[in-house]
Amino acid sequence: MTNDAPLLNVENLWVRFSSRTGVSEAVRGISFTLGRERLGIVGESGSGKSMTGRAVLRLIRPPGMIEADRLEIHGEDVLGASEKRMRRLRGGRVSMIMQDPKFSLNPVMTVGQQLVEALRAHERVSKRDARKRALATLDEVAIRDPERVLNLYPHEVSGGMGQRIMIAMMLLPNPEILIADEPTSALDVSVQLQVLDIMDKLVRDRGMGLMFISHDLNLVAKFCDRIAIMYAGRIVETCKASELRNARHPYTLGLLNSVPDLEHPRERLEVLKRDPAWREAPSVSARQ
Amino acid sequence: MNAIDISNLDVWFGSGADRADAVRDVSFKVADGESFGLVGESGSGKSTILRAIAGLVPTWSGEMTVAGETLGVRRSKAFYRKVQMVFQDPYASLHPRQSVDRVLSETMGLHGVTDIDKRIGRLLDDVGLGPGFRFRYPHQLSGGQRQRVAIARGLACEPSILLLDEPTSALDVSVQGEILNLLTDLRQEHKLTYVMVSHDLGVVGHLCERIGVMKEGRFVEVLAVDEMRRLEAREPYTRHLLESSINSIR
Repeated sequence: MTNDAPLLNVENLWVRFSSRTGVSEAVRGISFTLGRERLGIVGESGSGKSMTGRAVLRLIRPPGMIEADRLEIHGEDVLGASEKRMRRLRGGRVSMIMQDPKFSLNPVMTVGQQLVEALRAHERVSKRDARKRALATLDEVAIRDPERVLNLYPHEVSGGMGQRIMIAMMLLPNPEILIADEPTSALDVSVQLQVLDIMDKLVRDRGMGLMFISHDLNLVAKFCDRIAIMYAGRIVETCKASELRNARHPYTLGLLNSVPDLEHPRERLEVLKRDPAWREAPSVSARQ
Repeated sequence: MNAIDISNLDVWFGSGADRADAVRDVSFKVADGESFGLVGESGSGKSTILRAIAGLVPTWSGEMTVAGETLGVRRSKAFYRKVQMVFQDPYASLHPRQSVDRVLSETMGLHGVTDIDKRIGRLLDDVGLGPGFRFRYPHQLSGGQRQRVAIARGLACEPSILLLDEPTSALDVSVQGEILNLLTDLRQEHKLTYVMVSHDLGVVGHLCERIGVMKEGRFVEVLAVDEMRRLEAREPYTRHLLESSINSIR
């Protein structure tokens, strides 16, 4: 495998849910690749951004269905893989950080137990070594006094600390891809940046690929290399993060203009007018 | 006239060794028709101040004069008519088995409003929902529509002061814009006084004229929105907050 091959290769991905009232399509034929870069996926709730992240790890249960012409992690087909193989991939090569640390940490296990378990699920290491590496990783995510934190239960740590612990846990098995689904939206603004900085540094140092799912266009623009904007299950526009100000799609512009801005106050915020044609327009490819 | 005049407010929870001081020695005034913002990290006590004003926290000391009434442990019925609160999560603050009509008419009934039928129609128009929403249940509404219903409920007994506890933080940015516009319009129309809590300085800066910055239960500083825009914060903590929020790209 050469270094240039994409870590994640997705072509024409569909996610459907069938119910009594018919089939609803959450993701409608999107294509993208992820290299060793930071790709931001932005959209409103219901735009299919989280479903895209989960589909990559085949984390959608029936009645949900995933279909794709191609869905490969590092050249390995995901849709055809066995459940056993998927368990190795999830957390091993691809890790996922969810929105709220309160719900993603086990409340009845100490932080240390959870970190050690996460590592030992993917690697044969002794408990003592696992503990050592857990300590080192906690240190990497800027947690002071990691010895003490290892023995705490999740309810004893703050939100920002919980999310840093999640990041540490996800990075322990040295994955190549990190999927972060709104990793900071449950956190305070002042803590948000700190957590993002830590994530950014780790992703860059380790040369990982990051898929950053968020509803906050400004945050993504500041933090990612490339952005894909989703609407109604499709990608309506992609651009380099640095060129977001030149975005042309009316939906992107609408999103940008509806955010109140401290530095440039406006009497009224622009309200997004939705055009039914956006829904029908074919998906833009975010392949590189 | 000051709509709200608070001095030396302390709020605590628990007692003895478990006592936690949520708000310590906070004083501020809000003029009639002004919009005052409270910002700070979670746990800084900003929501607690609102809850103490609304009478949802019994353990407080200090002096509060709100809408001309000096507050004691019990509040008069007239107080609740003049001061209303809108909560953060529209998914949790509406009764799932009561229709919009019932939510609004119950509030009005409690305050002895007579022409309920006509008023509901007007309220729904005011918040931009229209009569078609009158007999819907919360699960048939989107997040933004629910928050509009919650705002309509707050306005139902024609208050003069609206306490807003993170009214848009559970909503998408595009919907947030609509709700903020609605709040701006309503304030002009009904001459309302707002006290708004938010952790988003952009939102507070859009809606409020003066902003109190809180940390660990205390006011760090109070500054006008223009000062904030020019980044003229005196305290390092405020500057830190400002720097974290300036992330616009336009």
